[in-house]
Amino acid sequence: MSHLLEIKDLQVTFGGLDALSGLNFHVDEGEIVSVIGPNGAGKTTFFNTITGLVEPTGGDILFEGNSVLGLEPNEVTSLGIARTFQNVRLFPNMTILENVMVAQHCRTSQNVFGALFQTKAFKKEEEEIRQRGEEILSFFGSRLVGYRLDQAAFMLSYANRRRLEIARAMATQPRLMLLDEPVAGMNPSETAELTELIGRLRSEWGFTIVIIEHDMAVVKNVSDRVVVLDHGVPIASGSYEEVSTDPDVIEAYLGRPVESRS
Amino acid sequence: MTTLPSTLILDWKRIFKWGSICAAALLFVSLVGMPIKLDPKSIISPLLSLGYVSLFWLPLIFGYVASSRVVLEGVETSKPGLSDLLTGVLTGAIGGAGLTLLMLGIENFDIRDPLINWSPQLLEVLAFGARDLNSAVWIGIGGALGLVGAALNVIPESLRRGVSYGFFTVLAVAIFEPALDDMSEGFRLEWLVELIFQKRGGLKLWPAIILASLIGLISVVSKGKVKKAVAQYRKQEGSQKKQTSVVLFGIVAALGVVLPIFMGTYVNSLLANVGIFLLLALGLNIVVGLAGILDLGYVAFFAVGAYTTAVLTSEISPFFAPGLTWVLSLVFVVLLAALTGLIIGAPVIRMRGDYLAIVTLGFGEIIRLLFLSDFLKPYFGGAQGILGIPGIDLGFVYISGTDTRGIFYLVLFFCGLAVYVSWRLQASRLGRSWMAIREDEQVAEAMGINTVNSKLMAFVVGAVLASFAGAIMAARVGSVFPNSFMILISIVILVVVIVGGMGSIPGVFVGAFVLIGILGGPKQPGLLQEFGSLKLLVYGMLLVYMMLQRPEGLVPSARRTQELHQEEFLQDSWLKGTDDEDEEQPIEGEEAQI
Amino acid sequence: MKEEKTVTAVIEGKSKRRTPLVDRFLFVVKVFLIGLVTIGFLAFVAQQISPDNWFARWRNPGATGLSADQIKGLVISGLSQGVFYGLIALGYSMVYGVLGFINFAHGEVFMVSAYTGYIAANKFSANGMWESNFALCLLIVLLLAVMVSTVTAVLTERIAYRPLRNSPRLIPLITSIGVSFVLQNAVLGIFGPGTQGYPQLPEWLAKQRSILTFEISGIKILVFLVTIVSMTGLWYLVERTKTGKAMRAVAEDKEIASLMGINVNRIIVTTFAVGGAMAGVAGVMFGLLFRAVNPMTGFLPGIKAFTAAVVGGIGNLGGAMSGGLALGSAESIAPQLILEPLGVPGVTQLKDAVAFTVLVMVLLFKPSGLFGERLSAEDRA
Repeated sequence: MSHLLEIKDLQVTFGGLDALSGLNFHVDEGEIVSVIGPNGAGKTTFFNTITGLVEPTGGDILFEGNSVLGLEPNEVTSLGIARTFQNVRLFPNMTILENVMVAQHCRTSQNVFGALFQTKAFKKEEEEIRQRGEEILSFFGSRLVGYRLDQAAFMLSYANRRRLEIARAMATQPRLMLLDEPVAGMNPSETAELTELIGRLRSEWGFTIVIIEHDMAVVKNVSDRVVVLDHGVPIASGSYEEVSTDPDVIEAYLGRPVESRS
Repeated sequence: MTTLPSTLILDWKRIFKWGSICAAALLFVSLVGMPIKLDPKSIISPLLSLGYVSLFWLPLIFGYVASSRVVLEGVETSKPGLSDLLTGVLTGAIGGAGLTLLMLGIENFDIRDPLINWSPQLLEVLAFGARDLNSAVWIGIGGALGLVGAALNVIPESLRRGVSYGFFTVLAVAIFEPALDDMSEGFRLEWLVELIFQKRGGLKLWPAIILASLIGLISVVSKGKVKKAVAQYRKQEGSQKKQTSVVLFGIVAALGVVLPIFMGTYVNSLLANVGIFLLLALGLNIVVGLAGILDLGYVAFFAVGAYTTAVLTSEISPFFAPGLTWVLSLVFVVLLAALTGLIIGAPVIRMRGDYLAIVTLGFGEIIRLLFLSDFLKPYFGGAQGILGIPGIDLGFVYISGTDTRGIFYLVLFFCGLAVYVSWRLQASRLGRSWMAIREDEQVAEAMGINTVNSKLMAFVVGAVLASFAGAIMAARVGSVFPNSFMILISIVILVVVIVGGMGSIPGVFVGAFVLIGILGGPKQPGLLQEFGSLKLLVYGMLLVYMMLQRPEGLVPSARRTQELHQEEFLQDSWLKGTDDEDEEQPIEGEEAQI
Repeated sequence: MKEEKTVTAVIEGKSKRRTPLVDRFLFVVKVFLIGLVTIGFLAFVAQQISPDNWFARWRNPGATGLSADQIKGLVISGLSQGVFYGLIALGYSMVYGVLGFINFAHGEVFMVSAYTGYIAANKFSANGMWESNFALCLLIVLLLAVMVSTVTAVLTERIAYRPLRNSPRLIPLITSIGVSFVLQNAVLGIFGPGTQGYPQLPEWLAKQRSILTFEISGIKILVFLVTIVSMTGLWYLVERTKTGKAMRAVAEDKEIASLMGINVNRIIVTTFAVGGAMAGVAGVMFGLLFRAVNPMTGFLPGIKAFTAAVVGGIGNLGGAMSGGLALGSAESIAPQLILEPLGVPGVTQLKDAVAFTVLVMVLLFKPSGLFGERLSAEDRA
């Protein structure tokens, strides 16, 4: 019965401005759901609220049936929600391997003493996260592994930064992954490739995925369900075909015909 | 001017600009009192004292700068030649004219009332001790030095290196004279010291010339092999680099253990000073360099360590005197320092970086004021401090506060510990989380890092290392006073870390040795004790200079260098064609529909 | 625009939540501080009602209570100290508003002005003009000192801060610590380490006057008057002139401002100059009031002025002055109002500790200051 993520009547206000007003939303285990909507519809705020970066003014967010309201972002992540950022935010001066190793922070437990006395458990854990990191990075082909492992992240190209950011989210070992415009700024072939990878994220890694995207080709190809937001409220929901023909959606994107404007 | 060849084009604006800056710098140096204060320190006796070096280097440098040109790669320029030399001469001469004016001014006007160095003494130094020296001689000296500076630009690279190495070696040997003097007894080399140094200090002329030419010759012949070796070392990757580092560290450690046996009290006490500051700097390096937290109240932990030791070991501590041994008290020192780290850390941990800096500075000052106040006088003795702190009984050996060699070994041990801690933590879960926080705190949190805990741990680790330094200091001096823990110390430690290279352990070593060893700590004399209060001026200038010109420090960590020069790195790799282009790779699986 | 809003909101949202353990500790700290202040204050009230009161005697057996004149005296000395913090704080606040970093060396600009004032005043005193034509001398001294401090502020910006315009924000802060060191020790080297004295004030300025039952020396009245005049001038500059409008625009968003045809560099220099001038006024007034300067004169007032800027809300000019007055009063009154009734001996020594505690308390309870910050979105992040 229970959804993996369920959002009830979520409200977020910034100084009198309603970013989200009464949003209801749910994702089931194994789904890929796209959230679309015009700029300023509150999509990123929606992600920020789920991951605990923004405090909602009302409503509730349930993950696996438990409320995540009031949790710190790191606690939300350790529950199993990972995200990427719209404007790629890596740790630019850490190496690529370190970027995915540090993301496993909440899945590991070694403390100062382990590091200082180089205990067996410490070495084992370091080896484990290193291996898991390399495994995750090799999901993206040969681009992020090999000599690149020890390169600083800022040396990467734009598309590879986006890929690394997804790898970093994968490294937190989430159940639910929130991807914020993952193909923004990529060229068509890179976009197509990533679209395919998103499908494999579900089939091979078992992640449930919510994705914010402007590229309708991607939305069409990956999503089981599409939710359209406008002015902080969902105005349509359903399969891509249903949504793309919905008059409200067309209006939200293109505006009302002139004569009916008040 | 008509006799000059037509190719001689002088950029007068540039000459006047650098010349007047040079003159201003010379006036500043003179009026601050450097020539007078540093005159007693002889470099080449009786020709050159450090006081004159403080004047001479300026026209030289400005001559060099004014005559150097920006050459873009691939752009043809005329060969450096006469016009460059003339630029140097004129720049230096304008600078020197500043001193000429100063001498005339001192002779004719008396404004000694506010300017304490506007004095006959300065005049005497500027006149080289002669009574009726024409002050215009400085124009000539300036011009000559400017010529030398410009010549450095014109001569080939290898020769330039030879000359500067020769010069710096002579300077270094002269600076290290007291240390060499002190060490010579242990090595039975008194005869050598007598051979090259004058009795009243300073190198003899001939040994200086021989030394300079020898070193210069070696560097010309070796053609910068040292530089290449260093570059090669930096280029090494992964385990290979680790191995070299371990070997290098082993050599340094072995030298540290063996050398003190041969050294006298002077060098050992100097090294003990350096070591205490080094220990503090290593601790601060974790906090600032790794976790990116600018803690300006770091001295507070130093104070807590010293006071805890004092209270627990001194028999005459005013309120509570259990008279523990130093080793036993160390347990409490660690606990209390960690606790203080938590208490100071907790309120500031969520503040913006710059607010945090000022608030920690405030905490550092509050702690000193509390130790100083009548309020806590019954417990900590107020301004009189706590006296009678015994030496350190390690069971197999007793180290009294005056046993400088023993103290040095102790400091060395704790520095080793600090290095080990920094090294191990850097490549651990905690160290990575610190770096992530330094890079982007919000994202670090979103990636599952408990930033509050991680940052608190940085405070605690830093606090514990500083408290070790405090504990040693207390035992060494035998007493603690609140005024030994001025904010100044925090800042000096910060300068050591920054000058050396933030986040770089070898850098911190170099920083501590160069600054504390040569210039001295806030109250501890270094090799150049003539600097006195001027050393803080030098500290400030170094800090500004480093931030503007070399923010990565003298011995940067590879990571920091990249961080501060990201764009250059990317440009380099673009030029070399090794950058990471968005390559068009064939996509596995079927072509997606668009 | 949307992007900026989100970032701000993220910060606001974050500050509301705390993790339990640290939070609990901070809660205890807050309760302790409030408790301390409340009990101290109540004990003070008790001792004012009657020193024999058990509550007054509880911690401080020697309680005598303060006379009305003593309290008034504390208020006056607190406010006159606070005026300096306020005037210096303006410079911190403006620079933070425009460039987003703490100009640690600003206190030294104040000190440089105090030194200039001392030199000029003593020269006048030596040829007798100081006594014979005080008003003119004062004007010249003030102008000279303000000029020197303005030039100092502008020079530091040009040499040390401008090349660092786009570096991470801690880099200019560290640089300014270095600049502060240089200025302090350059003055020490050039003018000597000792404390230097200003000449005697004329009788009519030095003597105590009684205004509304407050005993106040003439020089303090002068300090207040000069402050009011400078504040009015500053207010006019910022709110009513084109330059002021440009300053506010640059503080809001440098990039957009430059797109609107504002010369950002010139505005930044102006900001430093105005801040330096305010510190210059403060320096001379400080010299006249306390009649002593030394190279370290600027250090503590500088840090406290930054505290004042934070207390009033950084970037907020009215707030800076109010913060200065509040801080000055707090450090003057709180020791005897709160600490002495609690039985703490030698309370006046803890003046500076009180000031720093105020800073910590403000940042714990209301990080945006009493009157609210005015910062651009990027500086809040």
